[in-house]
Amino acid sequence: MSTITGASVVDTVDQGGPPAGGGSTGRLGDRLMAGAAKGAGILVIGLVVLVGAFLLSRAAPALAANQANFVTTRVFSVDGGTLRFGIVDLLWVTVLSSVIAMALAVPVAIGVALFITQYAPRRLATPAAYLIDLLAAVPSIVYGLWGAKVLLQPYREHVQDPLAHALGWIPLFRSTSVSAGTILLVSIVLAIMILPIITALSREVFAQTPVAHKEGALALGATRWEMIRTAVLPFGRPGVISASMLGLGRALGETIAVTIILSTLPGGAPWSFSVFNGGETFASRIANNAAEFDTPAKTGAFIAAGLVLFLLTFAVNAVARIVIERRKAFTE
Amino acid sequence: MTALAPPERPTVVPAGLAKPSGRRSVTNLAATVLVTLAFVIAVVPLVWILWTVLSKGLTLLFDQQWWLNSQRGITSRREGGGAYHAILGTLLQAAVTALISVPIGVLTAIYLVEYGRGRLARAVSFMVDILTGIPSIVAALFIYALWVTTFGLDRVGVSVSFALVLLMVPVVVRSTEEMLKLVPNELREASYALGVPKWRTISSIVLPTAFSGIVTGVLLGLARVMGETAPLLILGPYSKSINTDLFHGFMAALPTMINQDRTEALQPAVERVWAAALTLVLLVMALNILGRVVAHFSSVRK
Repeated sequence: MSTITGASVVDTVDQGGPPAGGGSTGRLGDRLMAGAAKGAGILVIGLVVLVGAFLLSRAAPALAANQANFVTTRVFSVDGGTLRFGIVDLLWVTVLSSVIAMALAVPVAIGVALFITQYAPRRLATPAAYLIDLLAAVPSIVYGLWGAKVLLQPYREHVQDPLAHALGWIPLFRSTSVSAGTILLVSIVLAIMILPIITALSREVFAQTPVAHKEGALALGATRWEMIRTAVLPFGRPGVISASMLGLGRALGETIAVTIILSTLPGGAPWSFSVFNGGETFASRIANNAAEFDTPAKTGAFIAAGLVLFLLTFAVNAVARIVIERRKAFTE
Repeated sequence: MTALAPPERPTVVPAGLAKPSGRRSVTNLAATVLVTLAFVIAVVPLVWILWTVLSKGLTLLFDQQWWLNSQRGITSRREGGGAYHAILGTLLQAAVTALISVPIGVLTAIYLVEYGRGRLARAVSFMVDILTGIPSIVAALFIYALWVTTFGLDRVGVSVSFALVLLMVPVVVRSTEEMLKLVPNELREASYALGVPKWRTISSIVLPTAFSGIVTGVLLGLARVMGETAPLLILGPYSKSINTDLFHGFMAALPTMINQDRTEALQPAVERVWAAALTLVLLVMALNILGRVVAHFSSVRK
């Protein structure tokens, strides 16, 4: 059960719930209950549709008044009378930081999930799982504080400086003049934040590996690792992919931790591919400028950025869902 | 006597059943070490963060002023004041959020488990997944576009709660759904067999059986929304004074109290930031642990 993350890859697999339609008598109470339940379901659909529609309707005027190309422009300027804003910089920093976070978190999460489901003795497994779940209970603003005030120094000394020194000839690791939080530091903190989500879901699918598969592998003389490689990992792969996508979605939309840690760049800063650069993600851009929402046009520009973020996370979550649905088709 | 002698063990092990070859044993050992290491790596930040917050924030929490006073009239330079206003704001907003989310979430789960089949149910389930993935800042922007831009209303406590509802509903739906699925079908069938109508079966058999599980889901959902900062940045400006009115005026909350002074370098303000962070962590973790304790007493389980 992964109620801690609010998502589950397992309960999308139909577990043969109670018979629908049975027992209904058509009395008033029954019609009320059925209506209320259905109404709540429709309300949920309506809410999501409304979110998309509203953001679109509020963003449209700003997009129409935009003097620059929304997709290809790097500046995001809403000051003065004219609107000139595009998403290139925001998209780059958002995607880069989240993808690195996912790349860092997934191997560790798989390891932790295997440790809990396959290695740890039963008595140890439950507390171990609780411990990892507690990571999800730390509020994101605390992650932000910790990242910016505590982790920054050791990170610069032991990660950023050596990496920039050794691999500085690669554009991705070129050193920059940014002295505070950089994209890689954000990625590391985001990785810690999404770790419990990916772990919880991977754990669930690993635990569901059919015992016959595992015992079959062991009976054929496989070592524990060979059993995991041939039985547990192939069975869990769609679940892990799905979990990684959900983690990616969380990282894309994380606001306050990124806002606190990442140094913003002055307008017109030169383009850089480096992970040691500063910048802003969609979410942190919106958060940094929340105080500026004074005219509908200005607000609209930020809502347009929010809309892109919404579409991005929508796509990522839909992919996660599709991957797990396909698994369902296979196992049944 | 000879009958009790243990049967002689075969001295020659067939080649196929021999211990794994050197390379395979080493790989196996390496995997064990790596997997254990992964767990250690995951625990390090948890311990580090908790240690940081505890060591920097604990002293103020022992002062009863912290729990009884607000920050009214306290500047960054001055020591003193408390977090009462922020704790109160966080709890009030969370309570209103729960009040709205729980009925919607539980009813949606009832629909998904007890009624829904076919296309609409699949659409609802899909949308719950999408809602789970909506970034909190997008939820906040949506409420802002609706509440402030469209209706022209002020940013008040209840508008924060509305944004949080979007984040809490999917958690409640998923956990309730999971619990309802665990209620044995025999209970429902026995009830139908006695002529009890479906709505009475759901309200007096299914829901009570799953009750503690639902409470767990609600507590975990609350724990999630209480720590959210993004909606507060957009919809809930900070105030140093106590405000219990969700419909008028700015209202403090713990995350905005932290955010307010996080760039401050003056020692009294820095101390209060960490103390507020610790208070928030304790609050969220207490809800979490309470949720798990309740789950422990659940009447249905996997």
